[in-house]
Amino acid sequence: MNGETEKAVRRVSSIVLIVTIVALVLSSTALYEAYELFLSNDPTAGYYLLIGFIGMALSAYMLIQTKRRMQRFTLKTQPITTTIVCSKCGFKNVRNFERGDYILKELGSCTKCEGTMMISAIYREVKEKRKEEKIFT
Amino acid sequence: MIQLETLPAQFLPGQDSLSWVFQIIFMLLFVVMMFYGQRIQMYIMIREIEGSLLRLKFIRDEGRKIAIKTIKEIGKPEVDPTERVNQFLEHITIQPQSMDPAGIVWKLEHILDVRETRFKDEVKLMAPAADETNVNNLENTLEAAAALNIIYKVIRHFYILGKKTLSLYIIMQIQMILPLIMREAEAYASALKAFSYGQPIGDGAGALVAAKLMHGHRKKKIEKDCVVAKVPLEGRTAYVIKAEGPGGNVGKPGEAIKRVIEENDGKISTIIMIDAALKLEGEKLADVAEGVGAAIGGPGTEQYKIEESILKYKIPINAVIIKEDIGDAVSPMRKEIFDATEVAVERVKRVIKERTKEGDTVIIAGIGNSIGVGQ
Repeated sequence: MNGETEKAVRRVSSIVLIVTIVALVLSSTALYEAYELFLSNDPTAGYYLLIGFIGMALSAYMLIQTKRRMQRFTLKTQPITTTIVCSKCGFKNVRNFERGDYILKELGSCTKCEGTMMISAIYREVKEKRKEEKIFT
Repeated sequence: MIQLETLPAQFLPGQDSLSWVFQIIFMLLFVVMMFYGQRIQMYIMIREIEGSLLRLKFIRDEGRKIAIKTIKEIGKPEVDPTERVNQFLEHITIQPQSMDPAGIVWKLEHILDVRETRFKDEVKLMAPAADETNVNNLENTLEAAAALNIIYKVIRHFYILGKKTLSLYIIMQIQMILPLIMREAEAYASALKAFSYGQPIGDGAGALVAAKLMHGHRKKKIEKDCVVAKVPLEGRTAYVIKAEGPGGNVGKPGEAIKRVIEENDGKISTIIMIDAALKLEGEKLADVAEGVGAAIGGPGTEQYKIEESILKYKIPINAVIIKEDIGDAVSPMRKEIFDATEVAVERVKRVIKERTKEGDTVIIAGIGNSIGVGQ
């Protein structure tokens, strides 16, 4: 069961995608035109540069948004650890959680001695992605 | 110095056509933003809600699928349970009328009892092969799926209403609380998985503390879905109470505490309640804190019963809480919380030593869902 994920894809309108790509192409053309005009010392080069950059920024933003929309939803199953301990010799066995496990469940005899094996802990370990806010501790 | 006669010309574009184009675009934008700015802002908000609604729908559908899959795996039903699960998700509970609040606790308790019996009967019909533990786990799974269904439907209601009326205030209020709602929905999704596998959850920290204290001693069933063990502890006699595990269940600890108090004719030196409590942002996860009062959540009926009983015999009540947020409370137990239960056991022993004398009788109640926690 561990590590298993369920996925779903969000639909993105193809018209939006086409319009964004066309805008991107036109902005690139405007930037190229600005370069050509700049070489010929034409003062309108600045306008083309502005149009090109604004168009580029807008279409890049749209594409990033579209990519975000296309990201797959997931419901991750976190790995759960079951710790089994012998009550007599203290022999410890750590494994993945299995259906039917519960804390304080007795699981038969120990392989090292004749003591009883018992589930002493079931938990999940989470690696913190970022450190907690330390400013106002 | 500015010449006044040339000032209007400063606001007009130059001779080239591109200047005119820019000027017109700028003026158009100004007019559009002046009249339609709020509407544009509203459409941005609607899109944001739409994105969250899609995610909520996904979580709701996944929850439903997990519930059906678990019922099929554990319950071995002869007929497809999908239709019954769909009906279950739409189940409603009507709160008792509170115009005359006298006696409302008992009315609410009765309604909740009827609801629980109905839910268990439904689960037994859906999953005939499930044993008592699995019936409890399946009931919890379905309840989490039903909660997700309600969240999705409420947000969808406001989304559609906002779109229909184009009221900024309807849309704004839902957009503003959306991050909190999403956190809650994701917590329920984690809970649903934990319930379907029978894994202990963060809320079970109190029950785990009680389980550790009563382990190895004779237990007996007391009241509804609760167990009690008479444990010698630090020279005192402790009645340790918890909901019966390992099935998902919270029992009626209020009823159980009342019963133990009555059986001992009120001669109880102190009551110590251990429960998981919501931590504030910025507080450390699994911090253990002490206080006074009945540490118990839920609809309030059990807290009411405990408070009535302790008032009758003037019994002091202490609380030991383990701090966690809503996500950790309903998802599989984190290591930090598991480790904190050891700290809580030591705190309970310290409270007993400091607040009672040798030979006294005390009650220790571990509150919380006993899923995945034996005794």
